[in-house]
Amino acid sequence: MFSALTRRTAGAGAGALRTLHLSTWSTVPAGPPDPILGVTEAFKADKDPRKINLGVGAYRDGQGKPYVLTSVQKAEALVDGSKPDKEYLPITGHAEFTKNAIKLAYGADSAPLKAGSIAATQSISGTGALRIGAAFLARHYPHAKVVYLPDPTWGNHIPIFRDSGFEVRKYAYYNPATIGLNFEGLKADLLTNAPEHSVVLLHACAHNPTGVDPTPEQWKEISDICKQRKLFPFFDMAYQGFASGSTSRDAFAVRHFVSEGHQIALCQSFAKNMGLYGERVGAFSLVTADPEEKARVDSQLKIIIRPMYSNPPAHGARIANTILSSPELYAEWETEVEGMAKRIIDMREKLYNVLTNDLKTPGEWGHIKSQIGMFSFTGLKKEQTVALAQKAHVYMTADGRISMAGLNSNNINYFAEAVSGAVKGTL
Amino acid sequence: MASRIQQVAAHMTGVSAEQWQGVPLAPPDSIFQLTAAYKEDTFDKKINLGVGAYRDDNNKPWVLPVVKEATRILLNDETLDHEYLPITGLPEFTTAAAKLILGVTSPALAEGRVASVQTISGTGANHLGALFLSRFYQWSGDKKVWLSNPTWANHHAILKNVGIEPVEYPYYDPKTIGLDFEGFVGALKNAPERSVFLLHACAHNPTGVDPTPEQWGTIAEVMLAKKHYAFLDCAYQGFASGDLDKDAWAVRFFVEKGVALLICQSFAKNAGLYGERVGALHIVSPTKEASARVKSQLSVLQRSEISNPPSHGARIVSLILNNPTLFEAWKQDIQTMAGRIIDMRKELFRLLTEEFHTPGNWDHIVNQIGMFSFTGIKPSQSKALIEEAHVYLTGNGRISMAGLNTKNVRYFAESLDKVVRSA
Repeated sequence: MFSALTRRTAGAGAGALRTLHLSTWSTVPAGPPDPILGVTEAFKADKDPRKINLGVGAYRDGQGKPYVLTSVQKAEALVDGSKPDKEYLPITGHAEFTKNAIKLAYGADSAPLKAGSIAATQSISGTGALRIGAAFLARHYPHAKVVYLPDPTWGNHIPIFRDSGFEVRKYAYYNPATIGLNFEGLKADLLTNAPEHSVVLLHACAHNPTGVDPTPEQWKEISDICKQRKLFPFFDMAYQGFASGSTSRDAFAVRHFVSEGHQIALCQSFAKNMGLYGERVGAFSLVTADPEEKARVDSQLKIIIRPMYSNPPAHGARIANTILSSPELYAEWETEVEGMAKRIIDMREKLYNVLTNDLKTPGEWGHIKSQIGMFSFTGLKKEQTVALAQKAHVYMTADGRISMAGLNSNNINYFAEAVSGAVKGTL
Repeated sequence: MASRIQQVAAHMTGVSAEQWQGVPLAPPDSIFQLTAAYKEDTFDKKINLGVGAYRDDNNKPWVLPVVKEATRILLNDETLDHEYLPITGLPEFTTAAAKLILGVTSPALAEGRVASVQTISGTGANHLGALFLSRFYQWSGDKKVWLSNPTWANHHAILKNVGIEPVEYPYYDPKTIGLDFEGFVGALKNAPERSVFLLHACAHNPTGVDPTPEQWGTIAEVMLAKKHYAFLDCAYQGFASGDLDKDAWAVRFFVEKGVALLICQSFAKNAGLYGERVGALHIVSPTKEASARVKSQLSVLQRSEISNPPSHGARIVSLILNNPTLFEAWKQDIQTMAGRIIDMRKELFRLLTEEFHTPGNWDHIVNQIGMFSFTGIKPSQSKALIEEAHVYLTGNGRISMAGLNTKNVRYFAESLDKVVRSA
């Protein structure tokens, strides 16, 4: 019966009928390739054996290979050994994981944490946390939906906030002349240009893409300004542990703001610090006034999440939770994070030495050492990055950002020579 | 009092404590409430028929043996890491998933006209599909999508969330406990040209009432004549009849006939991978060139929401779909699940008609398809089932057949018989 119907109607009929719908997507323009993830595409297509990928922020070991943390391997084996079912998680995710995640960020002795006032949900890594946060604020923040992002910032911040209904503005952050923080400009923008009650996005540590972070003293000043202007601090923390090697030290800004009474929003990612990238492990939290308010906020977070994806994936959260709840695995993990951060710091030292002392590359390269985290803003111009890709097969984003994690003892000299060539114009 | 002190203290430090004062408490998900009530109930014969997840004959969640095997293979593969997937997902997964629903000989696939994106299970596919339409469909007037009355509750929320107004087409006829085909076709004919209709590919949720192949034929004809767009939601391929190809028939028929469409695909139920969130969205375009543009825009939308989808579940399904031995094993596991549900339907029907002689026509119990069944009882009778028999089901009389097993089906039949007679 089924086949008779299809035989009668397939063939000649279908072709003619199809032309009726030629117009369905005729006005859909081609979307641009992603500026960050597109770099990896170009890298993959390159056949030169010397090629180096310094585009996407994924950690690589000393051999240039992805690194699966041993604490993660052990945790994954434990999870599997427990023979878990595949049932749906609650809308706000794995409850124990979420509790442990915010404990890691806020600190066990955080006042709102102890008071049960932090509304938190598991999220699709950092991107998902940002999206939930932007959507929640767009719906419930009782002031103008304007967000100030640092200039520059992670490219994806802009569409995340815009698509959620925010007007996106910039505050001064990076000073290309000093390849450092434009602190005076930052303060002026937040004090004078940003209207009261604006949302301000702050990179908690290891600023992406510049690697330029405020000092603790500067963070305190920023906190004071936010109080003065009633600005809403929206923290993005994708590198806790990765910046200095210490998870508590990297959480300084977040914890300081909370202790000063700010009711912050916080996005956490476990992509980098646990190497769980593709498992999409993250958390979004809001500091509220009290448990009653937390319950209301929590119920509205669910309303936002349910029509987007219902509930988050279990596997990665189970792995992360296993690590965070086990004293031995937690200690092992902290050591591994420290190890990753240290290798990057070593690469910074080495790159600086080769550029400055060995190759005598024109320019001042101290920023390579002073910048923090996975990325470094080299100061290279767009034309130079293009030349590096085309002539030296070295790939980075067009803004001159390199992922230090992509460097190792095998490729650092070639890289330094290529950069030297680009600066001198001799590639 | 404590919170007021906090507020005052916050004022004194200059930080606003009124930020979230206006946030109202949202009602909890109604299914959640039902499950919570079931959990608290201490009655030893209690039954949970609200659950939309498969249970084995011992009322336990069932991890498919083929999933266990695929997981074992993954865990022992030392070459695997946790790196990011591409924005549109694991290619081996999306390609195989497209073949699974469209058929290996699909002209749309052969001609490169299918844009496939891995999504956060069926919900993610529905959301991304709706979002894409919201942005790029050439609406004639307001953005509206037609939903069956009734449909999965989340369909309404998903559409509203992306700025589309859900409107309803007649579907379920309570008098016949079957399809209101005339009403359905009438809505298709009366809707403005180029309307978007959300259709359940098989095993309609919540009614279990599916069109026959002939009826699908008529639906497709009208849709073509009216240049309508089909938003196909397929969450139960394999689960409905036990046969993957049979359950995909309507989708493949529509593609062959040239109906403009997209397909939302979930592996939550048929692979039992609920919490790992494995799904895909397939948009079929008229040309290969259009398909490439569509995919590029889906990628942009996905990037600003999740960046890239979760890896683990997709790897499991990819292994199953691409390995012939595992694929055969999966088909067996699907038949185990679908078979047990069909057995429960038959047994419930037998008990009602042959043993208890419960008043009314119960053919729909065996005619309806998939995990759910609309029993046809009134809300008052559902309430009585909960309160007096400790049998938990939704107020619309929907039961999850997966919640029935050889140990409890008699008690359920007895309880159902009682409320029908005392109505």
